[in-house]
Amino acid sequence: MLKTFKIGGVHPPENKLSKDKKIEVLPLPKTVFIPVAQHIGAPATPVVKKGDEVKVGQVIAQSSSFVSTNIHSSVSGKVTKVDFSADSSGYPKQGIFITVEGDEWMEGIDRSEDLVKEISVDGPEIVKKIQEAGIVGLGGATFPTHVKLVPPKGMKAEVLLINGVECEPYLTSDHRLMLEKADEIMVGIQLLMKAMGVDKAVIGIENNKPDAIKLLNEKCAAYNGVSVQALKVQYPQGGEKQLINAVTGKEVPSGALPIAVGAVVSNVGTAFAVYEAIQKNKPLFERVVTVTGKGVEKPSNFMVRVGTATSELIEAAGGLPENTGKIISGGPMMGRAIASLDVPVTKGTSGLLLMQKEESKREEIQACIRCSRCTSVCPMGLEPYLLMTLGEKQIFERAENERIMDCIECGSCSYTCPSSRPLLDYIRFGKGKVGAMIRSRKK
Amino acid sequence: MSKLLTVSPSPHVHSSESTQKIMLRVVYAMIPAMIWGIYMFGLDAVRIGLLSVLSCLAVEFLIQKYIMKAKPSITDGSALITGVLLAFNVPASLPWWIIIIGAIAAMGVGKLSFGGLGSNVFNPALVGRVFLLISFPVQMTSWPVTRMMEVDAVSAATPLAIIKEGIKNGIPVSQLQRLPNLSDMAIGFNHGSMGEISALLLVLGGLYMLWKKVITWQTPVSIILTVLVVSGIFWVVNPEMYVNPVYHIFTGGLMLGAIFMATDMVTSPMTGKGQLIYGIGIGLITISIRMFGAYPEGISFAILIMNAFVPLINMYIKPKRFGGQ
Amino acid sequence: MSITVVYTIATLAVIGAAAAVILYFVAQKFKVIEDPRIDDVDEALPGANCGGCGYAGCRAFAEACVKASALGDLNCPVGGNETMSNVASILGLEAVKKDPRVAYIRCNGTCDHRPKTSSFNGATTCAIASSVYSGESDCQFGCLGYGDCFDACDFDAIELRSDLGVPQIIDDKCVACGACVDACPKNLIELRKKMPKNRKVVVSCRNQDKGGVAKKACSVACIGCSKCFKECPFDAITMENNLAYIDSDKCKLCRKCVAVCPTGAIIEENFPPRKVKPEEKKETEPVN
Repeated sequence: MLKTFKIGGVHPPENKLSKDKKIEVLPLPKTVFIPVAQHIGAPATPVVKKGDEVKVGQVIAQSSSFVSTNIHSSVSGKVTKVDFSADSSGYPKQGIFITVEGDEWMEGIDRSEDLVKEISVDGPEIVKKIQEAGIVGLGGATFPTHVKLVPPKGMKAEVLLINGVECEPYLTSDHRLMLEKADEIMVGIQLLMKAMGVDKAVIGIENNKPDAIKLLNEKCAAYNGVSVQALKVQYPQGGEKQLINAVTGKEVPSGALPIAVGAVVSNVGTAFAVYEAIQKNKPLFERVVTVTGKGVEKPSNFMVRVGTATSELIEAAGGLPENTGKIISGGPMMGRAIASLDVPVTKGTSGLLLMQKEESKREEIQACIRCSRCTSVCPMGLEPYLLMTLGEKQIFERAENERIMDCIECGSCSYTCPSSRPLLDYIRFGKGKVGAMIRSRKK
Repeated sequence: MSKLLTVSPSPHVHSSESTQKIMLRVVYAMIPAMIWGIYMFGLDAVRIGLLSVLSCLAVEFLIQKYIMKAKPSITDGSALITGVLLAFNVPASLPWWIIIIGAIAAMGVGKLSFGGLGSNVFNPALVGRVFLLISFPVQMTSWPVTRMMEVDAVSAATPLAIIKEGIKNGIPVSQLQRLPNLSDMAIGFNHGSMGEISALLLVLGGLYMLWKKVITWQTPVSIILTVLVVSGIFWVVNPEMYVNPVYHIFTGGLMLGAIFMATDMVTSPMTGKGQLIYGIGIGLITISIRMFGAYPEGISFAILIMNAFVPLINMYIKPKRFGGQ
Repeated sequence: MSITVVYTIATLAVIGAAAAVILYFVAQKFKVIEDPRIDDVDEALPGANCGGCGYAGCRAFAEACVKASALGDLNCPVGGNETMSNVASILGLEAVKKDPRVAYIRCNGTCDHRPKTSSFNGATTCAIASSVYSGESDCQFGCLGYGDCFDACDFDAIELRSDLGVPQIIDDKCVACGACVDACPKNLIELRKKMPKNRKVVVSCRNQDKGGVAKKACSVACIGCSKCFKECPFDAITMENNLAYIDSDKCKLCRKCVAVCPTGAIIEENFPPRKVKPEEKKETEPVN
């Protein structure tokens, strides 16, 4: 039986162009720019300065609070400066520039490919190591993983959900990882289960990845408490709340965290990173990035060091196509368009999508015909047409009552609107204002 | 870099859906009934149809261009639908100038005075129709001769008018003359407005629209069921005075109203639940007018009345929120 | 027949009288005693309800004036000193004279000064564009040009200029209500002291980047060289975050800073054209 979430959803063309492309290791770049804010929460504080020599895996910026995380150097070489440059947020952010010299790793990192199955550490130790290794949610939200593993007082996790949904069109990085690192992911899941103290984990995978479902199902036999749940292809199933709903049938209450229904969600990429951090002593400084697009010569999946410039990845995928109109960091539904090729890969970069000129412009905005498609596709059961109007007219109290803060910004409304109205643009704007309003009230 | 990258907020892809496509699908769905109308009423139907469509388009264009000083949007297809629906809702023998007045009322008063597509409260075609019905009652209820009738007939009465006569004069249903049989009415060998006579072809169009997701089932089903149930109760209580409920479904504008007019996106509620309430309201008002009102047919009034409640319904009937209340 | 008429009249008269009595008592019971001066003050205000005073509207401002013991902090920027002195005379308080102000958009990054490096395609408001990224040029501080200030202005005092890419304030219409100041997500707009003949000397830039970066993004950017800071004889210029700022309350419009600015970030407006040599000009120009 294929499960899916109960309310709304769309099914954009999948376009998984790179799903059969093996993960290739991208050659080392000449320079990297490693932003100190690659996660949700407080930016890390740089602990290196101009002229310092660093090794691969060395901490170059220290976590500054509980909801924050360490940043490690992804290369070895010399720090050229600590300065500001644009990242995928579209604004200049502080980061560390390093000129690459050789590839010298920190001692203690196990660089072999051998699978280490035996788990020799206990729960709290795992959490501590995850925190030190700078692991964040690799699905794109980049929430520090160690924070998720420690439930707030009075709450208890019952099940670990592993997100192998990859519902964004085009992206294949999680898919490839599941195929090529299945055992490592399984061990990572065991580690996460131990850290949380749960004995059940479910891997949710959409049905457009039958090979991954089959492979992981086979592996499950060897690992206690882990099972695979095949899911109907439906966007935004990779959303935390949607995945919980699809797999367990439970609904996370408005404004609450998944732990309220006893669930913790982690990405397959995160599980892999946890495996590497604990079994191989390797902090998070590289990840799989899909480079794709209809005009791209060689759509590929690369293992990329954090801080590598966008331009290097595009070069490796066959160069920038002549009629590229837009470059997106992430998937086409929730990714961010970037304005320059110098933007670095960060821990949250799941893919780079190169859109052709004719795909990259929006269509002309027409009047709302009140067709209610936005309402019927909204996975949170909201009324996007109304929220857009409230945002546009700046009626924020009403917007709050209409639960604008529940919006997960999945973009299904804008995607489906026949009049090409920028629904999400205004909802996001309203959300920002309402959020500020709520914060000022709490003070 | 030589070329500028485009930057936009997400999402960066869009479905292939467009307003124009949706509108055109509605037009396609109306084609079977349109052909039937032409078959039954001959060239008169072609004349009234063309005139109605052209004048609706012209009124929209002229008002947008010269009064609203906005970019005319006649290509979006909404004026085309209003034109066809207006023609569907009048007798095929209507004098040409009356249909033009109807088009002005429909587009000018019913649609553009509210700001154009998407802003109107009432279904424009119905505004036009009701305007004409009240202003030109004689012309609007002189039903033309169809090809099925005897040669010497000059005008015909709709089944609903016959039933109304019966109710008014206390004549039992069994003694009503000239009431066509059910299968004839369902197929469309019937009298009435140009587009309303063939219930079957209208349902066909409705199924097409359901398949193409232009409409949802809630509105038409709730209207039809309500009419069926309420008239059924009357019929069970007193079959002598009240006709078989199935008559109510297949006569008059009920099918046309339930499938094409009440489902107009702009003027119907946004949620399924809301549409059910809206549909039940239309059904109740329709049957009340048919049984107790002065007019033989009440669906136009019913839809217009319920249109006025749509903002209220939207205000209070919310979709099922994720994560409960 | 006639008796029916009498009955009708009588019944209606009784109902009417009863209703009048009830209304009278209800009105008495729920009477709100309001200071009549609120009406008078409200009358004296411009009635624009712009909120420039910081209150919800003219009425709310009038109530605040009546309650206040002194008018020091209360000011109607729209009506200016004349209105405030009327208000003061109604309330028997002393009018506090305030310098009239005028809004100014501190960005001169017009199309030819600030090359585009990307193009934005989304809902065209500054608030949304600024939530997506820093803007179409390399200057992350500059005007986005979608006119949130224009939309916020109730007085038609802002002109959208597609040829320039930066909106312009029409000084004579601006009432300094401050709506545009709040609307600008880049914090570019400032209410500055209104000078005679609308003359202005302003650092028309908010770029806090280092000189080289700023200059590359925009040819008229302030590069933070501090030349104007050293030149100013009135201590009106401050330097902060690679950016010069001229305090309009201290500026005497001598224009020495304009002459030394290497990028032209400091602009002068509404002065008579300078004679050939700006250096010599300074002495001859009357200092305001």
